[in-house]
Amino acid sequence: MVTVVHPNLEETDAKMSARDVSVYYGDKKAIDEVSIDIPTKYVTAFIGPSGCGKSTFLRTLNRMNDTIPSARVEGEIMLDGDDIYRSKMDVVQLRARVGMVFQKPNPFPKSIYDNVAYGPKIHGLASGKTELDEVVEKSLRRAGLWNEVKDRLEDSGTALSGGQQQRLCIARAIAVDPEVILMDEPCSALDPIATAKIEELIDELNGSYAIVIVTHSMQQAARVSQRTAFFHLGKIVEYGRTSDIFTNPLQERTKDYITGRYG
Amino acid sequence: MNERIAPTRTVEFEARLKKRYAAERRFKLAGLSAILFSVAVLLFLLITMTINGIGGFQRAEMNVAIDFTEAGLSGDRSTLSQVGAVQILEAQGLPATVEYFAQEQLGEEGGAQISDSAWRLVADEIVDDPSILQKEVTFSLPASPNLAAGLAGEGSDKMKALAARLSDEGKLETKLDLGFLQRADATDPQEVGIWGALKGSMLTMFVTLLMAFPIGVMAALYLEEYAPKNRWTDVIEVSINNLAAVPSIIFGLLGLAVFLWLFPNMRSAPLIGGMTLALMTMPVIVISGRNAIKAVPPSIRDGALAIGASPVQVVFHHVLPLALPGILTGTIIGMARALGETAPLLMIGMRAFVATPPDGFTSPATVLPVQIFLWSDEIDRGFVERTSAAIIVLLIFLMLMNGLAIYLRNRFEKKW
Repeated sequence: MVTVVHPNLEETDAKMSARDVSVYYGDKKAIDEVSIDIPTKYVTAFIGPSGCGKSTFLRTLNRMNDTIPSARVEGEIMLDGDDIYRSKMDVVQLRARVGMVFQKPNPFPKSIYDNVAYGPKIHGLASGKTELDEVVEKSLRRAGLWNEVKDRLEDSGTALSGGQQQRLCIARAIAVDPEVILMDEPCSALDPIATAKIEELIDELNGSYAIVIVTHSMQQAARVSQRTAFFHLGKIVEYGRTSDIFTNPLQERTKDYITGRYG
Repeated sequence: MNERIAPTRTVEFEARLKKRYAAERRFKLAGLSAILFSVAVLLFLLITMTINGIGGFQRAEMNVAIDFTEAGLSGDRSTLSQVGAVQILEAQGLPATVEYFAQEQLGEEGGAQISDSAWRLVADEIVDDPSILQKEVTFSLPASPNLAAGLAGEGSDKMKALAARLSDEGKLETKLDLGFLQRADATDPQEVGIWGALKGSMLTMFVTLLMAFPIGVMAALYLEEYAPKNRWTDVIEVSINNLAAVPSIIFGLLGLAVFLWLFPNMRSAPLIGGMTLALMTMPVIVISGRNAIKAVPPSIRDGALAIGASPVQVVFHHVLPLALPGILTGTIIGMARALGETAPLLMIGMRAFVATPPDGFTSPATVLPVQIFLWSDEIDRGFVERTSAAIIVLLIFLMLMNGLAIYLRNRFEKKW
């Protein structure tokens, strides 16, 4: 089976592109020859039923799968034309360029300030305290959290509410000024109001960063993304503009999934 | 039409329910009695220890007034500030002077029961303040072990009678002996002190901590964070678990065979003792450290990796600080075990009679549990109470260590 790409998907600059990527966990093939381009200026959503491999694929994009000893990746994934799986690729630098936000908010058990300042500190991106202060403020502002936390930057990041923690994690990711932000179901642990705030934030960040979001919620994909890829059984079944996927799916399985027949 | 009766509303069900509650009550009762039993045992231990040990912090002393103007001793601040001052006083006849005044005031029988080394106490006072050579001063001097036994209602009838007479005259009394905490081992139970063994224990523990903690933590970090999971790491893991269960005397033999072979001149030294105990403590630290590191949520590691922290930065900025409370708890458990350990230290010669507190890591020393073991072996009745007192000192040392551990754990503990 071949991925169906919608005919009216115009050519755009690809920030990242995957070619025939397969991922194995031991002998089990979790991703089967997936090829896709991630555009520079849009939000791309990965949707699909549980266990279809969308999170696994997302984690290959900044090599977070390296932490799983049994995982093995085949094929090539390019970031600005460089293969990120080549042997000389610096993983530390790659992850600074391709940031990630996780399903469950995972702030460090440090102060709010230290959470955001951590990335710039270890990469030496800010010289001196004032510059670091500026980076922290700018990142928190961009994450829409500044007004809520500016008076308690020394409080622990874990003392915030779930939605605030997730925005703190986004602030932490953008503090190192990445080129791509990967979001792995960033709202699945949040209530609807916090979810709405994160979605607003994604809208605002759209255009500055290439954003890839994995989501269970088709409504969310429809709301925040411009490109959608539908994953099923480790393959991308259909890929195209979000509006096309949701209003005019070409594949029977895509139609069944977005109309709620399964998933 | 039959009315349906739900199965949970039948008589049988209610009977079963009663049985379940009874089982729960029995279980609670069993738990409670187990707790009460252990508390009772602990209280019994502490109370008997305290009652027996209180006497160990006291000793029988006799009051002797010495008029130095008649003694013909000479010396001023400059001569008595030298190293051999006590020997100078001995040569001038200080022991005879003390004996003379003791017999004068306590009678011939009583004077003979002044402790043999009582004059040293007087000599120390003179060295501290030579001006007393121009005065009459009353000293409280330790009685001989025999007289002390007599005062405690033991020993020969002659001593009991003498003790009764002297104590009636107010010349013999039981006094708090703070010197017990400042002196080292001696052959006379009236003269012994615990400081030598306490200091030996402290030095030994310091060496143990310094060696076992960094090596143990590094091993735990490497095994958890870096080592590939294969057959070799399985073998290492099993070996470490086995090492933690090896009888301590085996470690003593190892210390004897390896460390004393490497450093033959350091028999009985805290350095060797500490190294031997470190071998014993290390597996405990590795095991508890690995568990603490495992308990750090993977999401924290992911979060740090995802903004480009290198593996070493992940470990030292995030994993280690979060695992530290658990590692410290394990370390203290291991250290407490090492503190109470006797057998391996016997093998490397720390059971020697050491009459002066160790002045460094390489000088001969003994440790608290070995001191307790040695004193409990003595024939002289005076050692019984001293042994209990030493046990109290050991227990207090242990409690201070555990208290420190709890303090550190609470300080470093973070919530996430």
